[in-house]
Amino acid sequence: MPLILDVEKAWHTYRNDETFLSEIRYYAEHYVGRPSPLYFAKRLTEELGGAKIYFKRDELNHTGSHKINNTLGQILLARRMNKRRIIAETGAGQHGVAAATVCALFDLPCVVYMGETDIERQAPNVFRMKLLGTEVVPVTSGTATLKDAMNEALRDWVANVEDTFYIIGTCAGPHPYPEMVREFQSIIGRETREQVQEREGRLPDVVIACIGGGSNSIGLFHPFLDDPEVEIIGVEAAGLGIDTGKHAASLSGGQPGVLHGNRTYLLQDSDGQIHDAHSISAGLDYPGIGPEHAWLHEQGRVQYVSITDQEALDAFQLCCRTEGIIPALEPSHALAHVVKIAPSMPKDRIIVMNMCGRGDKDVFTVADALGEAI
Amino acid sequence: MTRRLENKFGALGQQGRAGLVAFITAGDPDPETSLKILNGLPRAGADIIELGMPFSDPMADGPSIQLSSQRALGNGGSMINTLDMVRSFRRDDDQTPIILMGYYNPIYRYGNQRFLDDALSAGVDGLIIVDLPPEEDDELCHACLTTGLNWIRLTTPTSDDSRLVTIFKNSSGFVYHVAIAGITGTRSADVEELESTVRRIRSHTTLPIAVGFGIRTPEQVNEIGRFADAVVVGSALVDTVKSARKEGLSAEHTADRVHVFVSELAAGLK
Repeated sequence: MPLILDVEKAWHTYRNDETFLSEIRYYAEHYVGRPSPLYFAKRLTEELGGAKIYFKRDELNHTGSHKINNTLGQILLARRMNKRRIIAETGAGQHGVAAATVCALFDLPCVVYMGETDIERQAPNVFRMKLLGTEVVPVTSGTATLKDAMNEALRDWVANVEDTFYIIGTCAGPHPYPEMVREFQSIIGRETREQVQEREGRLPDVVIACIGGGSNSIGLFHPFLDDPEVEIIGVEAAGLGIDTGKHAASLSGGQPGVLHGNRTYLLQDSDGQIHDAHSISAGLDYPGIGPEHAWLHEQGRVQYVSITDQEALDAFQLCCRTEGIIPALEPSHALAHVVKIAPSMPKDRIIVMNMCGRGDKDVFTVADALGEAI
Repeated sequence: MTRRLENKFGALGQQGRAGLVAFITAGDPDPETSLKILNGLPRAGADIIELGMPFSDPMADGPSIQLSSQRALGNGGSMINTLDMVRSFRRDDDQTPIILMGYYNPIYRYGNQRFLDDALSAGVDGLIIVDLPPEEDDELCHACLTTGLNWIRLTTPTSDDSRLVTIFKNSSGFVYHVAIAGITGTRSADVEELESTVRRIRSHTTLPIAVGFGIRTPEQVNEIGRFADAVVVGSALVDTVKSARKEGLSAEHTADRVHVFVSELAAGLK
């Protein structure tokens, strides 16, 4: 507990510190490549025949996803706390790669915990982390997936309090992590606000993003929460269908509980044992959801829907074909919901979807699902 | 508040020795064997029983105890079964204190007050909930104390003096000190360090102090028992269950093996 309080203290010291913020801005611009473009998806808009569809192109960031927005902020905080060693957990490997990247940049040793099951299905990301000088530790306990990797990282942290900083990738975990991750990811929404007003002279009608733990979505949503005219939609992964029990939709198919230091909605049985999530997208495969999403769900400010593996796969292919963009399977879920709602909306309405990751990492999974050998 | 812990530590004080706390996971490896193990622990020499409530994600535990949770859950372990075990144990033993140790989510799902009431009536004496720090006392701690169950907290080598004050504000029964094995120095130096930490903790509380984590042999039990009020052995016991299960021993023989080991550990304290 004292170590969490130390992180909280440092976070409160630096969150509004101008030198800290300007250092983040420097690396965000010159290293990550921000601001990411707000792109009008013209052909997709024509194909669907309704609302105008914009993509917030966070897949163009260095390392190929939004995850680096957060690892950059956290490592700069870790440096200010004089921590000499970084640990992280990863599921799909996107957060692991983003953590390994900033550790290489700032010359800090990095250990990433990853479930053995995930290591098998995400081999390219495992190798990327190794190339970046990170030690990837296979986790075999429990069900050997993301939640177990997080358990293992917490164990490491408790045993190495003095010199280690834990970079958590999603907006879950103990306070102040959910808040910290939200702040580092909110650059997505702040840029979007500015860009859409520049292009369209007004705010969008709908903003939409996919949700596993919920980091990219809270980053897009947060700057729009006080604009009642903006409809906000979060898209969970319904896997094979909510009623099959094989899904990752904590809000649509989970129950309130407490895990990893936060109270939220969890996939669990009546005895409070945590269940594994299932999704074709490894990045949405977390049995919980950030506590702020749980709150926004209960307040009714954000509408949470779910999309199956198959619907996401269809949207993935549609995006490749109409826009020449291979999206990650995670934002393909958000896109699949866009496909559902855009056609019936008037043509002067505006939807902004967060394209939070690129799909290079997913080509093997998609080929497998389509029955093609590569 | 139930009196069994107070009575037990009082009796240990009169005997001038430290107590042995035996940890097992409820339902490990299966309900029948686990109950046999539990029932025989006092006779084997356990002074206090710490019963783990199995959980899918025990992030504060090492691999041995996580595996014991998985064995229990794989064979039908649940909160209802855990409380049934205590109830069944109490039919023949109304003296030996039983502490439940575990994580909050299964309790939260069961219903906080319903759980506290059921635990009290089953014969439980206290709780150790590792993922509820003092900052969250409103969740369960206050209701636990009001219900009449002890709220036992963990201290660690990193708990500094001001933290200890916070920790002891709402704790009762005894203190569970986590003696995380140091990575530097020899084992004897570690014991010296441990002794000085225990001395520091004592200056903050009148509660008895139990020391646990990483204690596996009668020699260690003896050494630590010289300055602690109780010594906790957990992983070494569940490892015994694991190896007995692996060798295909019957419920009876598995329980026997655990009891023999407990009596060896207890011999270090007599």
